[in-house]
Amino acid sequence: MSDVLALSAAAAAEAVRAGALDAAELFATYRERAAAEDLGAFLWLADGPGEPPGPDAPLAGVPLAAKDLFCVRGVPSQAGSRILEGYRPPYTATVVERLQDAGAPLLGKTNQDEFAMGSSNENSGFGPVRNPWDRTRVPGGSSGGSAAAVAAGLAPWAIGTDTGGSIRQPAALCGIVGLKPTYGAVSRSGMIAFASSLDQAGPLTRDVTDAALLLGHMVGHDRRDATSVPFPEPIARPAEGDLRGVRLGVPEELSADGIEDGVRTAFDATLALARELGATVEPCRLPHAPHALSAYYLIAPAEASANLARFDGVRYGLRVEGDGDLVSMYTRTRAAGFGPEVKRRIMLGTYALSSGYYDAYYGRALRVRTKITEDFRAAFERFDFVVTPTSPTVAFPLGERTDDPLAMYLSDYCTVPMPLAGIPAISIPNGLADGLPTGFQIAGPAFSENKILQAAFALEGAIGFDGSAARA
Amino acid sequence: MSELEPVIGLEIHVQLATRTKMFCGCALSFGDPPNTHTCPVCLGLPGALPVANARAVHFGVLIGLALGGEIAPSSTFHRKNYFYPDLPKGYQISQYDEPLSRGGSLGEVRIHRVHLEEDAAKLIHVGESGRIHGSAASVVDFNRGGTPLVEIVTEPDLHSPESAREWLGLLRTTLRQLGVSDVNMEEGSLRCDANVSLRPAGREELGTKTELKNMNSFRFVERGVHAEIARQAALLAAGEAVEQETLHFDPSGGTLTSLRSKEEAHDYRYFPEPDLVPLAVTPEMVEAARAELPELPAARAARYEAELGLPADLARQHAHRAELGDYFEAAVAAAPAGVAPRVVANWTGNELVARIGDDDPGAAKVTPQALAALVGLLDAGTVTGAGARTVLDRLVADGGDPQAIVAAEGLGALGDDEGLGEIVAAALAAHPDAAEKVRAGNLKALGPIVGQVMRETKGRADGGEVQRIVREQLAG
Repeated sequence: MSDVLALSAAAAAEAVRAGALDAAELFATYRERAAAEDLGAFLWLADGPGEPPGPDAPLAGVPLAAKDLFCVRGVPSQAGSRILEGYRPPYTATVVERLQDAGAPLLGKTNQDEFAMGSSNENSGFGPVRNPWDRTRVPGGSSGGSAAAVAAGLAPWAIGTDTGGSIRQPAALCGIVGLKPTYGAVSRSGMIAFASSLDQAGPLTRDVTDAALLLGHMVGHDRRDATSVPFPEPIARPAEGDLRGVRLGVPEELSADGIEDGVRTAFDATLALARELGATVEPCRLPHAPHALSAYYLIAPAEASANLARFDGVRYGLRVEGDGDLVSMYTRTRAAGFGPEVKRRIMLGTYALSSGYYDAYYGRALRVRTKITEDFRAAFERFDFVVTPTSPTVAFPLGERTDDPLAMYLSDYCTVPMPLAGIPAISIPNGLADGLPTGFQIAGPAFSENKILQAAFALEGAIGFDGSAARA
Repeated sequence: MSELEPVIGLEIHVQLATRTKMFCGCALSFGDPPNTHTCPVCLGLPGALPVANARAVHFGVLIGLALGGEIAPSSTFHRKNYFYPDLPKGYQISQYDEPLSRGGSLGEVRIHRVHLEEDAAKLIHVGESGRIHGSAASVVDFNRGGTPLVEIVTEPDLHSPESAREWLGLLRTTLRQLGVSDVNMEEGSLRCDANVSLRPAGREELGTKTELKNMNSFRFVERGVHAEIARQAALLAAGEAVEQETLHFDPSGGTLTSLRSKEEAHDYRYFPEPDLVPLAVTPEMVEAARAELPELPAARAARYEAELGLPADLARQHAHRAELGDYFEAAVAAAPAGVAPRVVANWTGNELVARIGDDDPGAAKVTPQALAALVGLLDAGTVTGAGARTVLDRLVADGGDPQAIVAAEGLGALGDDEGLGEIVAAALAAHPDAAEKVRAGNLKALGPIVGQVMRETKGRADGGEVQRIVREQLAG
């Protein structure tokens, strides 16, 4: 089959099951492309697909790219950090295991911002990733390798993680679909943690159908993760339909200031399409959303400061010997192993949790988080979904924001409130602005993934985004 | 300066005897080869997540209830952050402002709180010092890491090293009765820190306290607290202030060394553990635990006093040392009718304990049935008190049947018809002055006469019987 690349993952799976496509050939095609790539998207590639999928395997041998931070037994799993360079875990993350069991062999591990801290993939310890739409620009982050790989046709689909936007924002900047599930829907076991109360794994795919198919094999309770819960219903393949009766709320706080013109134009065009499909579109309020970024940059670093304490040179990963004492070994190891953004966040988080400052910083951030959750709850009494641009801007040039952390943090302005509230949200490509993709975000109440996928599928059909240019 | 009153509070760490660790499925072990009971969770590998052990929670509830605490319907695990090689995650999962159980008391001591946490791994310092300073290398055994711990914090209600030691004994018995721990201080399954301060007697306000870390026997707790009281008293007597600090007691030299001052105290940066959901203990779980509670020492002591007529100190002694209580109850059950339990308790609590010390009476060669039979022989006048003590010596050494020992060793009490009359007559003849005084009514003069009889009979004569015969002969 010559145009394997033109197939979505779901279409490839059907072709394999129908006998029209050989799973080994499918793997080899992508393996070859991934091995030749010049984007910096992959950090490790599998030699082969391993056991061929069973005839009933739902994912039918369609290979999977996984963000570096997913632990895979015997495979380098470094979370994009030099402190874990070459680290090969003795166990496999639950979500990778589930997808492998469902018939998706691991194609490779993808580049990311170090410990998922970043919005451009420039914070990787192993070099940046380039955006396949414009190689001088960033792919977004922190799941930048996964997003770029799918957009460029180096992998049929991928998984990433989202803490403040790390699936949705790179999906938007790369012109693909990215979904952050409800907190607790997908096991975090084996995911190298950034901020435990926010991290969720989700799919990065070419289209909404692929996202539904992949997500369906990711969700579910895991006895290895105490915060995971059973998903209340099977994830359904979205079906043809319109948006009649669907009420969309557009939060003023996340759609007014700071949105680039091109992004705004695409957003308004999508809202018009939604109306044509029968949806009602009205403004709504999320009064505390403007404080989300501040709360996020206290809560996430606080948790990270503890989560990253284990990288101490004692048991695994990098060790830089000290002067014969423990403290100098600790400090040298961590000084050498962590990049500047990771250090910045460890410092921020340590400070926020310090005696005497806890209430003013971490405690107050938790109260803001509660308020944001209440804002969404109130909005979902009047609306089925809250919709926003995913990213205020299109992909920005490499290096543009590396010296300005606050400008970088603003990339997540529209995506941070949802993980704080634990609710699901999807980003779908909704156009090009000056040749660069823009993203449209749909957020719904907890466990509304099926409804979100359904609405996204309807919009996707109306938008008719063509991402093939990035695969050329 | 007025008299100083020591004020002592204890923090006790109890390793729970669950099958598996607090947050993973690794088996608990003691003495197995290093690092053979580990997994990604208890090694703190990237991506590994904790899941709370339901059995440990149940044990925590049992302890909370046994100490009269109020079990929180919802409590929270926190991360306690600090760097040390025995702490693989860089934080310990513990409980902070929402513990499993609050309040209660054990004996005279109020309980502040009871909470669940995980134990650190074991650091072994290679080199002569045996401590981290000056060691050539340190190695870590993660077998112990993640063992479930309950921390019990008392109010500062103890006022002497001796009472602290005694109270720890009561706590150990209580925990053993619950079946939640091996409570072995030498093996580290029971560990004790003490907070010590002094204040002028009668004053309400507390003085500056110091913390004595990790004393690994009851005796060391007593000695360590003793040493610290003396150190603080000397400082205060010299007009100096006590500094708030953490101290290590070295039992070999009896010395106290400072581990860290107040300024060096850790900022643990506690925050709620996001990898765990709040610990919800339902009323059903509490009731199930309550139904499982055995008779605890305090209730047992009350029963011994009310039902068996034991004086308070004997009742407490037997109740607070459960194996002794069990032994005593078995002896009471086997004793001949008419023998009062308090008489049996005298023999178990005083005579037996004097011979076996802290050993388990249940493992002694003398069975409760044999001891009961011996007390029966004494009660019937078959042996004298002195004879019975000799028999007990034999029983403790070799076991056996008291009746047979009495017969074999000729320890039976001598009666009048066995020549006691002649021995008494000889003693009276040997002490004519004393005999005259006794005849005149001065019973104190009996001493030398009875003494000679006892010497002659090697204690087989009963004192009361000897006096009766003396009076009979002097009157005759």
